[in-house]
Amino acid sequence: MQLVGVRGVAKVFANGVQALDGISLDIEAGEFLSVLGPSGCGKSTLLRIVAGLTTPSAGTVDWSGGKPDIGFVFQEPTLMPWATALANVALPLKLGGVARSEREARAAEALGHVGLKGFEHTWPRELSGGMKMRVSIARALVTAPRLLLMDEPFAALDEITRHRLNADLLALWERSRFTVVFVTHSVFESVFLSQRIAVMAARPGRIVSDLAITAPYPRTESFRTSPDYAAHCRLVSARLGEAMAA
Amino acid sequence: MTARVIAPVVMGIVMLVLWEAVVRLAEIPPYVLPGPIAVARTLVTDWGMLAPALVVTLTITLEALVAAVVVGGLLAILFSLSRWVELSLFPYAIILQVTPIVAIAPLIIAWANDVDLSLLICAWLVAFFPILSNTILGLRSVDHNLLALFELYGAGRWKTLIHLRLPAALPYFLGGLRISGGLALIGAVVAEFVAGTGGSASGLAYRILEAGYQLRIPRMFAALVLISAAGIAIYLLLSLLSHLLLRRWHESAIGPEG
Ligand SMILES: Nc1ncnc2c1ncn2[C@@H]1O[C@H](COP(=O)(O)OP(=O)(O)OP(=O)(O)O)[C@@H](O)[C@H]1O
Ligand SMILES: [Mg+2]
Repeated sequence: MQLVGVRGVAKVFANGVQALDGISLDIEAGEFLSVLGPSGCGKSTLLRIVAGLTTPSAGTVDWSGGKPDIGFVFQEPTLMPWATALANVALPLKLGGVARSEREARAAEALGHVGLKGFEHTWPRELSGGMKMRVSIARALVTAPRLLLMDEPFAALDEITRHRLNADLLALWERSRFTVVFVTHSVFESVFLSQRIAVMAARPGRIVSDLAITAPYPRTESFRTSPDYAAHCRLVSARLGEAMAA
Repeated sequence: MTARVIAPVVMGIVMLVLWEAVVRLAEIPPYVLPGPIAVARTLVTDWGMLAPALVVTLTITLEALVAAVVVGGLLAILFSLSRWVELSLFPYAIILQVTPIVAIAPLIIAWANDVDLSLLICAWLVAFFPILSNTILGLRSVDHNLLALFELYGAGRWKTLIHLRLPAALPYFLGGLRISGGLALIGAVVAEFVAGTGGSASGLAYRILEAGYQLRIPRMFAALVLISAAGIAIYLLLSLLSHLLLRRWHESAIGPEG
């Protein structure tokens, strides 16, 4: 079942920069889709348009079954420094008018899902970069959204942490099967995570290929070293190379 | 911490000793320059007259500071909610700020027709701008991704103001408050000077003027010491307040080891 259809979306910013042109993308409910492209090709802009935070200059975003709850994970953790981890995670519930005891219970549960049980009353400045990112993910998941939009969430992290968060994210996704649109500029990350990869090219930002990654889930660390993974990475790399040359 | 206290204290003692030594060795008469011991003695003997004056000046200062917080804070919030209000009013706030207080104090005193009220208005005029401009800056300095997040979850202007803009502006507001605390005292003292002996108010500035006419120089110094001490106390208290409010999360209040 289709969740959202992006149809002929273009975006020209006030300063004349054409960030996107003719983007069309159908996203299935429950799908794990990665958007892969070089820096500046308009990935963030596309994600913000899907979330409704930016209006497209042309084209539409169609929600076949009505716009669902959306969770958004930014490239930076984007936590409120004046609030504890628990209060940060509980924010979407607070804004939605959920009663205090219920939102704290749900926020604590969401923190548990990202492996941060026991850190409820910690302040953001006392958390490591990877822990902050996990708080940010817990906040995006706390409303149990049907659509999770992630903008290069692990780009600033070291490889070990990134691999662990990749595995954690997949575990959460396999349990709840929400829809994920995951923006990245890492070929390896996109192949490891996704069922499908949309490769973008820049100036203007457009989708140049749409690839399926057929490897079965659960994908463990052994998948990272498998010939299947390497073959997919080679293919996606080649497509990305063409996109960047185009 | 210890060096931060010990260094200025040692410096102060050295200066006081030097001052006393110069006054004694050069045999400077007290009506030209009294030594610190003479000033301290005057402080004690004239305490019955200086203490009420201190209370008068401090009362005006604190009232002006409270008015500056209320008006400056509310205006800043209003400006942040409406671009039009800001565009039409902010230039006038700047005009108020750049006009020297001594130049408009006589006007205010003439208009207000009440010495206490006019002193309060003068002190408030000097004090409110740092709070206004700092708070506006703070309300605007919100992480734009957090703003997007609030928009995504359908938070309206009010919820965004209360849960996002106000906490984000707090460190800026407190910075403005610390500046305004000193300015309110300066404003109160300056306005008292301008009001001069014509008024019924009898704050520290009035006592300085009076002592000047009577050539009671040690009393002038004693009043001056009280003004400085009041300024330092206000600054320390506001710094403490700022530290208590920010220590959990803001970089400015967190030591190198956190
Ligand atoms: N608010 C804006 N105003 C003007 N131009 C913008 C704005 N936001 C983005 N752009 C431009 O649009 C283009 C696409 O930007 P976008 O942030 O979507 O890229 P991206 O693919 O997310 O890049 P990165 O991988 O570096 O995050 C860039 O050329 C950028 O300069
Ligand atoms: Mg981006």
